Amino acid sequence: MNTGTDRVKRGMAEMQKGGVIMDVVNAEQAKIAEEAGAVAVMALERVPSDIRAAGGVARMADPRIMEEVMQAVTIPVMAKARIGHIVEARVLEAMGVDYIDESEVLTPADEEYHLLKSDFTVPFVCGCRDLGEAARRIGEGAAMLRTKGEPGTGNIVEAVRHIRKVNAQVRKVVHMSEDELMTEAKLLGAPYEILLEIKREGRLPVVNFAAGGVATPADAALMMQLGADGVFVGSGIFKSDNPAKFAKAIVEATTHYQDYKLIAELSKDLGTAMKGIEISTLEPAARMQDRGW
Amino acid sequence: MVKIGVLGLQGAVREHIRSIEAAGVEGIVVKKKEQLDELDGLILPGGESTTMRRLVDRYGFMEPLREFGRQGKPMFGTCAGLIMLANKIVGYDEPHIGLMDIVVERNSFGRQRESFEADLPIKGVADSYTAVFIRAPHIVSVGAETEVLAEYDGRIVAAKDRNFLACSFHPELTDDHSLTNYFVEMVKQAKLIHV
Repeated sequence: MNTGTDRVKRGMAEMQKGGVIMDVVNAEQAKIAEEAGAVAVMALERVPSDIRAAGGVARMADPRIMEEVMQAVTIPVMAKARIGHIVEARVLEAMGVDYIDESEVLTPADEEYHLLKSDFTVPFVCGCRDLGEAARRIGEGAAMLRTKGEPGTGNIVEAVRHIRKVNAQVRKVVHMSEDELMTEAKLLGAPYEILLEIKREGRLPVVNFAAGGVATPADAALMMQLGADGVFVGSGIFKSDNPAKFAKAIVEATTHYQDYKLIAELSKDLGTAMKGIEISTLEPAARMQDRGW
Repeated sequence: MVKIGVLGLQGAVREHIRSIEAAGVEGIVVKKKEQLDELDGLILPGGESTTMRRLVDRYGFMEPLREFGRQGKPMFGTCAGLIMLANKIVGYDEPHIGLMDIVVERNSFGRQRESFEADLPIKGVADSYTAVFIRAPHIVSVGAETEVLAEYDGRIVAAKDRNFLACSFHPELTDDHSLTNYFVEMVKQAKLIHV
């Protein structure tokens, strides 16, 4: 019997495909998310837009919150650790959290190195903006990827940029001749072996979700249409007027992302979505997507 | 040509389609209940059973799925799909589709860090099969007519009851298509009888 193999870790993410993973800050929200059909919840102390508003250093949430959420629902529970914070990640693993997000939403603990995720039994998800970053994270052992987008803005533009970029670069690698891959690896800053695997399989070796700015059912469907395997919704749901209704609408739009009549129905009378932030108004230091190396 | 659907509301759909096609039959992703009519067999994939149940209810799939099974058309549930098929779930008052005579317990091997892979024999399928268990359920007990096909660590992890086949693990995550082939044979046999 083998635990923590690549197949077991990556397979867990495969089971989440076509689904929505929702940020929650307590047991009550977790139950609303589960009831709405979320495939997993991300247990946090604050959703990204509140982290933005609060400023200061954002760290791993109080373990009490994770414990409360794990007891409240039967779907998998994810939690965030700071980039490079070995101990936060080990604590989450010891608590039995099902998936760890080594996340740029929190303040990085290490500005040079990410976690060696292959060392852990628990699987990890990491953010990426391009194939170089995606492949480096896979090289370190990430079993799932997500676009970084720009978290807590309710603005989909960065997530669109990132999924388009990664998928375009994957297509390029798949169609390249094998003798061109080493130079491509150098240019992308990507491990050669990962590019070789992508070329041979014809796709990324792990699931890639959309994250960072999904604020409406149409946003979720857009990301699916652009090739995301599923969707993370952070601030969008519990910052809206009617979270239960909003959550259900996002789940359905993700499942039936090409059924535009249905998406029109789902989008009626949802109340106001989160206000949102225009990206160009963000100070460079407030751009979470630039964290990670 | 034999057509096998994969319930495509959520989960590992693409992988099942790939192994159906590897068996030389047509694989169809099922998102609407009307699609069930054209199928000879159906796979309920791995994923999150609570999510699948919500979507099954919302799109009126429940009765058409039960009718599909009652017609004698083969259904194969893997992991979450096994939970969907079972006629009793430990700790719950009501089953989901509830057609297969087995009692199932959810998340019975623990959380994700306890998920594992192991080699085991499957009766009539393989002497050694690499089974990938992810937050897996197990079959607590089976009805009189249900045949146990595999056990791991004293727990039932694969079984067959009339036209229903189910396993706790994920055949779709490996390149070994022998269990899917076994199901494809069930579908072919059932089609011969019904035509």
